[in-house]
Amino acid sequence: MSHILKLKGVSKYFGDFIAAKDINLSVREGEFISILGPSGCGKTTLLRMIAGFLEESEGDIIIHGKSMKGVSPENRPVNIVFQSLALFPMMNVYENVAFGLKRKKISKSEIKDRVLDMLHRVGLDGFEKKKISELSGGQKQRVAIARSLVMKPSILLLDEPLSALDRKLREHMKVELKELQREIGTTFIYITHDQSEALVMSDRVAVMNRGIIEQLDTPYNLYNNPSTGFVAGFVGDNNRFEVSSRDGEEVVTKKGWKIRKPNLDFDPTVMYIRPEAFIVNPEGEILDSEIFEAQINTILFDGANTKILVTPEGREEILIALPQNAKFQSLKEGDGVKIAVAHNNIKCYKE
Amino acid sequence: MSGNKKAFYFLFIPVALWLFLLIILPHIDLLISSFKPNSGEDQFTLENYTAFFYDKIYWRTFANTTLYAIGVTFLSFVVSFPIAFYLTKVVSPKVSGFLMLLLLIPLWVGELITIYGWVILLGDNGVINEFLKYIGLIDKPLPLIYNNFSMIIGLLYMSMLFMIIPIMNALDSLDDEMIEAASDLGASKWTIFRRIVIPHSMPGIVNGSIIVFMLVIGDYVAPDILGGKSSLWFTEQIYSQFLSTFNWNQGAAFGFLLLVISSATIWIALKISGQKLNKVGEQ
Repeated sequence: MSHILKLKGVSKYFGDFIAAKDINLSVREGEFISILGPSGCGKTTLLRMIAGFLEESEGDIIIHGKSMKGVSPENRPVNIVFQSLALFPMMNVYENVAFGLKRKKISKSEIKDRVLDMLHRVGLDGFEKKKISELSGGQKQRVAIARSLVMKPSILLLDEPLSALDRKLREHMKVELKELQREIGTTFIYITHDQSEALVMSDRVAVMNRGIIEQLDTPYNLYNNPSTGFVAGFVGDNNRFEVSSRDGEEVVTKKGWKIRKPNLDFDPTVMYIRPEAFIVNPEGEILDSEIFEAQINTILFDGANTKILVTPEGREEILIALPQNAKFQSLKEGDGVKIAVAHNNIKCYKE
Repeated sequence: MSGNKKAFYFLFIPVALWLFLLIILPHIDLLISSFKPNSGEDQFTLENYTAFFYDKIYWRTFANTTLYAIGVTFLSFVVSFPIAFYLTKVVSPKVSGFLMLLLLIPLWVGELITIYGWVILLGDNGVINEFLKYIGLIDKPLPLIYNNFSMIIGLLYMSMLFMIIPIMNALDSLDDEMIEAASDLGASKWTIFRRIVIPHSMPGIVNGSIIVFMLVIGDYVAPDILGGKSSLWFTEQIYSQFLSTFNWNQGAAFGFLLLVISSATIWIALKISGQKLNKVGEQ
């Protein structure tokens, strides 16, 4: 499959501050890729470099095999959906979507066809004459996306466009955006700090931290096989244990929990275990697992996401996800439980 | 009387007194005297108003003043807009605060002093002419002062700040991402300026224009000191009616004509630009 966008060793410095360091990234045509990271990790800088609003200090950005060095934003085959959406309040919906087309030498009737077709695709039929201030949050969202997509960009860049919406609408727009992308087939590069948005929508996710890409992988691998401690901690809920020492084939946490971890070729400093990796009150024979007794401190009831906090004697507190299973409905705070966790679900990293 | 009401009257009465005693009452007095003959007889007459239309010099001066005031207002917009844009969108907030302070300085020293400053700059033996002579560009001083040119400079200088500040307010609320979005969609700088920046700052522009127009049409100092014999300003006519010919009734009528016609000009301008006064006031 051909690569539509290639970043080759792209770096950006602001004085002494390194906003992005040696970024290499290849994006395939039609891919939905997310750049996920905490605020200040350099993801917006990266996006602005691709769009042409910032010039890279080092490296090269290649779109369709052509270097974008010195090419201004209006001449790049990319369009951007801004965080604030940046709709033009002085124009109505139709004029907003037609704005970019009117800048090109396209006949009036073709502009009209393309705008109406795009409004139809985003489900805004009959909204042409509406003012921007009359739209709901989700509708504004769709106008912003339509305004960019009508330009038929090779790549659509989205800068946290869902962050201003309330939670319910955001959940809904996630699905909608994913379906729209699949239908239209445009390459999407989506910037977000919300790991759920990234995991749900993307084909691949690049996790960024302090200006570098820590891991570029499918959502599944990112979640199940994080390659660094940062990724393990940032993507999804996780239990983090500081490792104080390594004793032969065992690693020892700060409070003295010893876990068998043979075949480690480095000295780990942290250990992560997912809340859902623990099995509460296991039945039958369990192989290759840590098994221990603990007492329930707190039950964090949250419907399908209910979790419990337990403390094994003299060790760190652990967050455990409860399977939605009638078996656990009778659990009360203070109860003793037996816990098992498979060794291969215990991930060690050096930070 | 409840505490709330007391507080209301405490705040309201000074304002009401001020409005009534210093603004409404003198205006009523002027309005009444504008309908009386100068002879002092107690009778109703329109002669003070009809004099305005019969005597060419009056209405010509008035038309002249209005046209110049509109022109100065437009010039003020042309000069102020780049400054306002530079202060809000280009320089950092720190620098912009300092530059604002510089802009305010002429206001601290008062109009009369700044206008005399221009006399020093523009005079036949003034700074500019002496400098041009010194570098050998001219041998006779350029006619920079006591004409319409110097008058316009003076009017512009004293009114510019009142155009800059409302435009700055309007530009402040313009999201930078909106400019970037337009550029991303392929718009040239000129298109962005015409389609995004100007429409967005329209309330500020109209607001500034009203203030500047009122200030300029009602100004006396700049036309009197910097203007020449040909540049007769209507306020000078009013002044001479009051203080040279002591025809207060005539002066009062001219004052009211100035008020009515300048208000009408603004009303027409608002209608043409499609702005609403209450919206403009929000800026």
